[in-house]
Amino acid sequence: MRPRALVNTFVGYAILVFFALVFLYPFVIQIGNSFKTESDAAASPLSPIPDSVSLDGFERIFEGTSFPIWLGNSVLVAVVITAGRVLLDSMAGYALARLRFPGRQAIFASIIALLAVPGVVLLIPKFLVLNQLGIYDSYTALILPLIADAAGVFIMKQFFESVPVSIEEAARIDGAGVFRRYWSVVLPMARPALITLTILSFQGSWNEFTHTLVAVQNPNLFTLPRGLADLVSGSLGSGTQYPLKLGAALLATIPVAIIFVVFQRYFVRGATEGADKG
Amino acid sequence: MLFVAPVVLILGVFLLLPILMALWVSLTGWNGQGSPFTGDVPFVGTDNYTRLFTEDGLARQDFMTSIRNNLYFVLLVVPAQTALALALALVIDKRMLKGKVFFRTAFYFPSVTSSVAISVVFLFMFANSGAVNSLLGAFGIDGPQWFADSRGVVHVLLGAVGVDTAPAAHDSVGPFGLTWWDWLSGPSVAMCAIIALVIWTTSGTFMLMFLAALQNLPKQLDEASLIDGANRWQHLRYVTLPQLRPTFFLVLTLGLIGTWQVFDQIYVMSQGNPAKTTLTPAFLSYRTAFREFEYGSGAAISFVLFLIIVAMTLFQRWILRERRPS
Repeated sequence: MRPRALVNTFVGYAILVFFALVFLYPFVIQIGNSFKTESDAAASPLSPIPDSVSLDGFERIFEGTSFPIWLGNSVLVAVVITAGRVLLDSMAGYALARLRFPGRQAIFASIIALLAVPGVVLLIPKFLVLNQLGIYDSYTALILPLIADAAGVFIMKQFFESVPVSIEEAARIDGAGVFRRYWSVVLPMARPALITLTILSFQGSWNEFTHTLVAVQNPNLFTLPRGLADLVSGSLGSGTQYPLKLGAALLATIPVAIIFVVFQRYFVRGATEGADKG
Repeated sequence: MLFVAPVVLILGVFLLLPILMALWVSLTGWNGQGSPFTGDVPFVGTDNYTRLFTEDGLARQDFMTSIRNNLYFVLLVVPAQTALALALALVIDKRMLKGKVFFRTAFYFPSVTSSVAISVVFLFMFANSGAVNSLLGAFGIDGPQWFADSRGVVHVLLGAVGVDTAPAAHDSVGPFGLTWWDWLSGPSVAMCAIIALVIWTTSGTFMLMFLAALQNLPKQLDEASLIDGANRWQHLRYVTLPQLRPTFFLVLTLGLIGTWQVFDQIYVMSQGNPAKTTLTPAFLSYRTAFREFEYGSGAAISFVLFLIIVAMTLFQRWILRERRPS
């Protein structure tokens, strides 16, 4: 390599390593400090290594807070929403891509329009409708409004349009009805898109915070993000209790982190879906 | 038809219908008791809206403060996250480096984690004796008490050159009841910590978008410009960046929409404090409705926020419009 190219490579690595530190070190600090005693965390917050490993924080997460309830609720809510979205979004995506029925264009246009409505603007509206339907403060309120989403329909429609029609035609000539064609012919081919949708739905519903804020107020219905927010803003008794808070936040992050590492390329696909159409 | 019915029903009942209901509520003085759709609820017309703009009072004071805070937030976050995302994408894309996948993963990881969980981590890092201040201390800098510090950074800078109070001309009441001195405060020190957090979490997603676009660029143009003797900088400025225009457009639009909606981080880290300097319209709308039980007023704020987002997006479209060569 010429000296100049060598310098360039070195500078490139230096930039990348510096930013990798900036982006990952907070997580390292989080892990380290969650295993510290409170005084140790306060004395040397920057160090990732505890003076002596203390499981005090984690013990108090499980004994002193409602963490197990939040965890159970999060699992339930995320699993049901994910299953619902995969089924309903793919059905709607298939119909919009393939089937001819009156109002198809109008429905698709409305779904795109809904994609553009900022979520935060919907906080009070969502509360009003849940309240009016008499389902405020229930599992139904946590799950039902999120069980279908416009973005998922869009991803599935795009995918089904990329599949050649000829395969379905063959099945149709063999006498398969619409549901058979969807369920046994098209869906199995849609695996990559379905995995993307599953992952995005799980990540989205696992991390969802604002919806739970306007859907429930009973602490027994809190999911992890809601419980965590409560833990941080509420009073925990004495001290700042950072090891406990960091530990609880860490446990809430782990499922998504594992899925992210394993299914990384599907996340990338989900994030760049928009860039391609732009 | 049966296939789309569930989605249409869900989206209709939980997205479209609620918006209409909220529009109605924003014209009333509903306090959360009973149903807002009975005759008992006072109809107040556009009072909830006009109070935010024309009446001198706490409602306008808070609303305009929240607009100011969010404006500084947008002005700092959007350019910074876009520039950082582009720079990282260019470095990852261009160089013959090993470990591209690792770096891409590292930069993107914060984007997929829970906003609440990550806010907890940043609360710890920006604590008075937290990691950030220890780091600053290592360089001999005495860090501020981040989440207790309501001073605007412009005021802090002016204070450093000896200007501690508003010059007489700027002490007068400016637009919408806030003094010019208040409008020009800059983001508070507390807000800066939240700004750092948001840049840190969102850059990764936008980096992926730039990266995808860079990898789709035709390679012939690169070769042509190199043969023509363009240097690196000229190549970037005149060949690569113009081709990224659609991606810039997308990233800036998503950035604007996202930053005007900042909520989770505010809720977890500051609740609008200190001295209302991290109050944003989204959080104010929530607080007004769910803490003060003025649902009509809260709904009105959220619709004004909606209009701001639409207006900003259109404005940015107009700025970035394709200019025909004359």
